[in-house]
Amino acid sequence: MADKSEFSVSRRGVMIGGAATAMAAHSPAEAQPRKATMPPEPATMPVTLKVNGKDRALSLDPRTTLLDTLREHLHLTGTKKGCDHGQCGACTVIVNGQRINSCLSLALQHDGDEITTIEGLGTPDRLHPMQAAFVKHDGYQCGYCTPGQICSAVGVLDEIKRGVPSHVQADITARPQATGTEMRERMSGNICRCGAYSNIAEAMTEVAGARA
Amino acid sequence: MKAFTYERARDAVAAARAAARPGARFLAGGTNLLDLMKIEVETPTHLIDVQDLGLDRIEKTKEGGLRIGAFATNTALAADDRVRRDYGVLSRAIVAGASGQLRNKATTAGNLLQRTRCPYFYDTNMACNKRKPGTGCSAIGGYSRQLAVVGASSDCIATNPSDMNVAMRVLDATVETVNADGRTRAIPIAEFHRLPGNTPHIETALQPGELITAVTLPRPIGGTHIYEKVRDRASYAFALVSVAAVVQKDGTGRVAVGGVAHKPWRVEAAEAALPQGAKAVTATLLADARPTQDNAYKVPLVERTLAAVISQARTA
Repeated sequence: MADKSEFSVSRRGVMIGGAATAMAAHSPAEAQPRKATMPPEPATMPVTLKVNGKDRALSLDPRTTLLDTLREHLHLTGTKKGCDHGQCGACTVIVNGQRINSCLSLALQHDGDEITTIEGLGTPDRLHPMQAAFVKHDGYQCGYCTPGQICSAVGVLDEIKRGVPSHVQADITARPQATGTEMRERMSGNICRCGAYSNIAEAMTEVAGARA
Repeated sequence: MKAFTYERARDAVAAARAAARPGARFLAGGTNLLDLMKIEVETPTHLIDVQDLGLDRIEKTKEGGLRIGAFATNTALAADDRVRRDYGVLSRAIVAGASGQLRNKATTAGNLLQRTRCPYFYDTNMACNKRKPGTGCSAIGGYSRQLAVVGASSDCIATNPSDMNVAMRVLDATVETVNADGRTRAIPIAEFHRLPGNTPHIETALQPGELITAVTLPRPIGGTHIYEKVRDRASYAFALVSVAAVVQKDGTGRVAVGGVAHKPWRVEAAEAALPQGAKAVTATLLADARPTQDNAYKVPLVERTLAAVISQARTA
């Protein structure tokens, strides 16, 4: 691990960094001829998403993730970008009734899909029961992971209701119950750096109980 | 992320034909591929989305087994009543892996094809024979606590991180494919994943453009189905060691081990020693183990996990 190659700088890394610096240093007028040497903008592709009940027709660079589409193109910034690699769960949204990481999905994969974000679950005047329970039980501190936690929590209770099994079931053929152990296991894809976990579990327990 | 073009394939042969062109890749759930594209470890120039192929059903075969559509999600497969009842080790392995969000998106074929990898594979500043053939292996002599103890080579010591694959191996699954000419073939799971040798960048027996259409399971074999996973935290972590087992009433059975090699590790001669206990099984299973100082703990850990599995089977 002491090998100095670990700290070596790749030629490509220098080129990218250098190009960015050069762009920033030039005035817009001077940047004009330089622009011609940049790779062409990739062709956009059409996609229609049904977001929170409304059809949204877009034309996107194929690389655009569902997360960036929601935030940057539809300005639904409730959904958060945490790690951008499916590890933290801050970007969790509900697609066709199932919770997924919107950062690990291309918008183009979702043509015609129904997407529910935190903005679609409830409004400040009409909170979703899970949103209300998070408020009541103080299921957050800084709030950054909260939209993902809430979308995930809604998905978890639905999965339990539909009988989707989990790792903590003693009998894999049995129907799962909304116990604390079950909910904690199923929420493992959502990280909270403030550590509001026990309050999140309490909020979920209340909603699960109200449902039963 | 590097630029690419995108298409949705309408039938399997058309998809395979499109994938035969250089730089093209299939896109199923995308949970592993997009992750790697973001850091430019994967740089496809064309993606063929296979979600419209209708290959997501789970059906009985006429042999009494189960045919799992390639793009059935991990959640759908783990939740299927027939899988839970007759192939419990598969349901258990799937729910031991990843997170709920990832399992909702990831597919059966995608899980089979997730990259066998190690931390140096992700770090583009470090040498990696798998990412860039011929550049060397940073893991050998580096940080190798999580990495392979058996079947590795002087070019690569990465481990296959899938839990599902370990269960598929113990169940003797078969991978069905189609190629650009419409030719189909059935690949036994034992031959599907490869050891690294001197070509660690080639991880499976698939030919370029060959599309997985299904995974079939033979008729149920009964027994007690167990998947025991040992990891650094209780959930959402790769296995340090995992054991998939189907144990019969008389103490005989099958076992495959995850987290120790470039592919699920099963040695038929080793499982024949199951009635003699974990020590006897491990002696044969890991006879060729060449652990590093960092991961030598995995050898006794395999034996102890096996012992736990055998005792669990006795009391089941």
